[in-house]
Amino acid sequence: MDDLLADFLTETNEGLASLDAALLQLERNPSNGAVLSEVFRTVHTIKGTCGFLGLPRLEGVAHAAENVLGLWRDGTLAVTQSGITLILSAADRIRQIVAGLEATGSEPVGDDAPLKAALNAAASGEAPAAAPVLAEPDQAPPTLEEPATPIPTAEPAMEAAATGGNAPQTIRVAVDVLEDLMVLVSELVLTRNQLMQLARAEENAAFAVPLQRLSQITSDLQDGVMKTRMQPIGSAWAKLPRLVRDLSNDLGKRIELEMRGAETELDRQVMELIKDPLTHMVRNSADHGLETPEQRRAAGKKETGRILLNAFHEGGHIILEIGDDGRGLNTDRIKAKVVAQGLATEAELAAMSERDIHRFIFRAGFSTAAEVTSVSGRGVGMDVVKTNIERIGGMVDLVSREHRGTTFTIKIPLTLAIAAALIVEAGGERFAIPQAGVLELVRVGLGDGPKVERIKNSAVLRLRDQLLPLVPLKHVLRLEPETEAPQTEGFVVVTQIGAQLFGIVVDRVFDIEEIVVKPVAPILRHITMFSGNTILGDGSVIMILDPNGIARATGLGLDGAEGTAMQEQAAAPRRRDRSTALLLFRAGAGAPKAVPLNLVARLENLEASRIERTGESLVVQYRGTLMPLVPLDSYAQPPETGHQPVLVFGDGTRAMGLMVDEILDVVDVPLEMDRAGLRPGFLGSCVIAEKVTDILDTSFWLKQGQPDWFETQAVVGTRPRILIAEDSDFFRNLIVPAVMAAGYDVMTVNNGRDALRLRDAGEMFDIIISDINMPELDGFGLARAVREGGAWAELPMIALSSQSEPRDVERGRAAGFSDYIAKFDRDALLSSLQHCLQPMLAR
Amino acid sequence: MQTEVTKASARAPGTGNTDAASMMLTLTVAGQLCAVPVLTVRDVLGVQTITRIPLAPHEVAGSLNLRGRIVTAVDLRLRLGLPPREPGQVAMSVVVDVGGELYSILADQVGEVLSLSAEGTSPNPMTLDASWKEFSLGVHRQGDQLLVLLDVERLMALGV
Repeated sequence: MDDLLADFLTETNEGLASLDAALLQLERNPSNGAVLSEVFRTVHTIKGTCGFLGLPRLEGVAHAAENVLGLWRDGTLAVTQSGITLILSAADRIRQIVAGLEATGSEPVGDDAPLKAALNAAASGEAPAAAPVLAEPDQAPPTLEEPATPIPTAEPAMEAAATGGNAPQTIRVAVDVLEDLMVLVSELVLTRNQLMQLARAEENAAFAVPLQRLSQITSDLQDGVMKTRMQPIGSAWAKLPRLVRDLSNDLGKRIELEMRGAETELDRQVMELIKDPLTHMVRNSADHGLETPEQRRAAGKKETGRILLNAFHEGGHIILEIGDDGRGLNTDRIKAKVVAQGLATEAELAAMSERDIHRFIFRAGFSTAAEVTSVSGRGVGMDVVKTNIERIGGMVDLVSREHRGTTFTIKIPLTLAIAAALIVEAGGERFAIPQAGVLELVRVGLGDGPKVERIKNSAVLRLRDQLLPLVPLKHVLRLEPETEAPQTEGFVVVTQIGAQLFGIVVDRVFDIEEIVVKPVAPILRHITMFSGNTILGDGSVIMILDPNGIARATGLGLDGAEGTAMQEQAAAPRRRDRSTALLLFRAGAGAPKAVPLNLVARLENLEASRIERTGESLVVQYRGTLMPLVPLDSYAQPPETGHQPVLVFGDGTRAMGLMVDEILDVVDVPLEMDRAGLRPGFLGSCVIAEKVTDILDTSFWLKQGQPDWFETQAVVGTRPRILIAEDSDFFRNLIVPAVMAAGYDVMTVNNGRDALRLRDAGEMFDIIISDINMPELDGFGLARAVREGGAWAELPMIALSSQSEPRDVERGRAAGFSDYIAKFDRDALLSSLQHCLQPMLAR
Repeated sequence: MQTEVTKASARAPGTGNTDAASMMLTLTVAGQLCAVPVLTVRDVLGVQTITRIPLAPHEVAGSLNLRGRIVTAVDLRLRLGLPPREPGQVAMSVVVDVGGELYSILADQVGEVLSLSAEGTSPNPMTLDASWKEFSLGVHRQGDQLLVLLDVERLMALGV
């Protein structure tokens, strides 16, 4: 019965929305029979349905109005202005009653007798006799309103009238029809693509222009049909308030559920698929996340816990957040469980960030609830959620802070039916990779671009400051036998699964095509590397790769259930702040030398004849400018003939070449420096491959002749931890080795936003060094955000900038920086660090 | 080859009392005559571009595009444990409908449509090779040849 009533209300509101406009139109043009019929039908429908539903008040009003309208329609009675007024007030009354119905589920109490009498009088015929009656309604509505006003539904009635006026006209269509339409449109898109491909081969074809038009219309049609499948996410949330209410009773907790962005639309197919995971997560929040009122009071929180659902669009995706303000995840308990289940060792955990540890809850069979409750805690939770979400190309992640609560973030594509995909080739076969998962495309192995390196047995790509594990597609798909040597040339499709980045190595990359995802045949469903197949513009069938499946199959990602060897690989990027790639070379006598590889822009082997002498110094014409060459061994002279190996340093505008004797190797080692036997130009020495190796102090060579700065500070027992926010690789690489050599532990981020993410993830530092000009969130913004509150509010912060005018310094201090230092001024930076950390070191 | 089926279906009503369920399409694989029920056949195609599917069972030759539908091709020779086709030897595609899903059976040759009486069909002889027996619904004497009635559903029950 509830559903019937809801349907009736929807229909009636739709009818009422157009009723006023139609009546006014009728008033202007009383002879318009079509409009009159429409009005009559609307009122008639209302009357008929409410009789069936047992709504006597509504039926009475509608019936009286229908009588008048019937006479008008038959021509027995002339349409008059006062008559229209009367019908309008009847429509208002209907609205008022409907609003009451919507609010309470039953008709509000009220007296319609005067209105019905006026309508009946109008219907009873003679215009002269009706005149006095008709004069009345002008005052009538206020008097008639009176019995209604004490009823609280009066106000909703106004609202309903307002929203009713804007309510779009809707029709109900069976879902099957929409699904069929979608399938047809998908086919149309494919055929269009095929035609376009043919047309490309044919120049000046007569059909080029109409084809273009057809293509445009197809795209518009596709958009249109997609829209018909969109539903507000609120409809997937409809059952949650009840669920939360029941849970709060069962669990003895006070829970408030807040839902934001309920109007955010997404494809109904996607919605069906996320409904269950969503319910599960809300259940989890209520059960595990929130504390009992007593616990909350003890923790100084409001007794009523809060669960917040938030939905919004973000570039082709919908983001769903499920957050609570409960106790947060218990990191220690997760750690204990991880170790107990043998998922990682204590040592591995120690190297992980808190956030990475929290992510273990997405592993199969992982539940930290101390005891199994009827609500959740059976250990079949988050992994199922994660699998379900990933199956539809989504991602799930979480942020949790002890005592502050936990927030899960789900990112899902808006639709599953049509997707843009990158067409690639590996081992002679073509494949489609959905563009949603592709972060960037890197060409490797040519010229001075990025190169594939090897760490132990796995191939990695050094991309900016990250080490990406690489998955050679032709090997995982067994198109070609795995060889000893890694694939060094080709393209790397950088893909993200959760927080894990990895690269899929392919041979060639074609263009991006719109593809219609079709499920694979049942006999192929066991191959998890494919999420479907499709037909390309040229008519050929192509398999669609599933990056999630590939990551799982190769054991990448934190949640890969098996494959300990690959876990090591997955851990590689996390260890980036612990080990550094060093370029080994020989120059002059003595120990081999090394320099952080990231600092070196290029390696050149210059022809001796190109090296020129200007006065005391050596230069070479290099990329259109004169680049100074500095011999590392001051007695060394460039060779008369042959070649001179040179390390080129530079940041785009400036360049400097360092002449060395021979380039030896690239190694990845933790940069643990020994400062014994220190001499100018070197940061210290390091044991690499059982040989003492001198680490080059690049800034020394860049600036030449600066006084040594190593006397400034002694290493203390525990290394102070520094966070450096700096977007320029060049400066970062310049600062980090220097600061590390001075005895600090360093972590780097690209911008202020990333820094704050670390804060939110619970990372702690002793001091922050920040650049001023950074993308996303600059230094000033970072300082202000840090000072606003949170765990970092009291940390010393040093600004590092190329602008160090007094007013810049002042602005920095105003934003919350403790000190402001010019870039390149290492001495100032190190002494400032020491100064800022003095209180801590004294402890 | 399209014509083959059209001809067959055109002839079917003419034979009057012939039950459509007993109509069989013959095909040859490695010299052996076999047949599949005409009612399951959707199409007969000549040489097709077939996309290889990595990691698929080895009997799966790949997938092909049948007027916008993706059809998975299963090589009958490999499915029956017979030696692979000689290089250069082309395969014919018999597209069958199994539970709403289209599959292509790759055979060496496609023959004609026959009406086989139920009386003429005998159970699998003891001597029938085991790999054949698994997919045979029975045999039928066709002139001086033995015709194997293939169990299409069985053939397509790969990896299940």
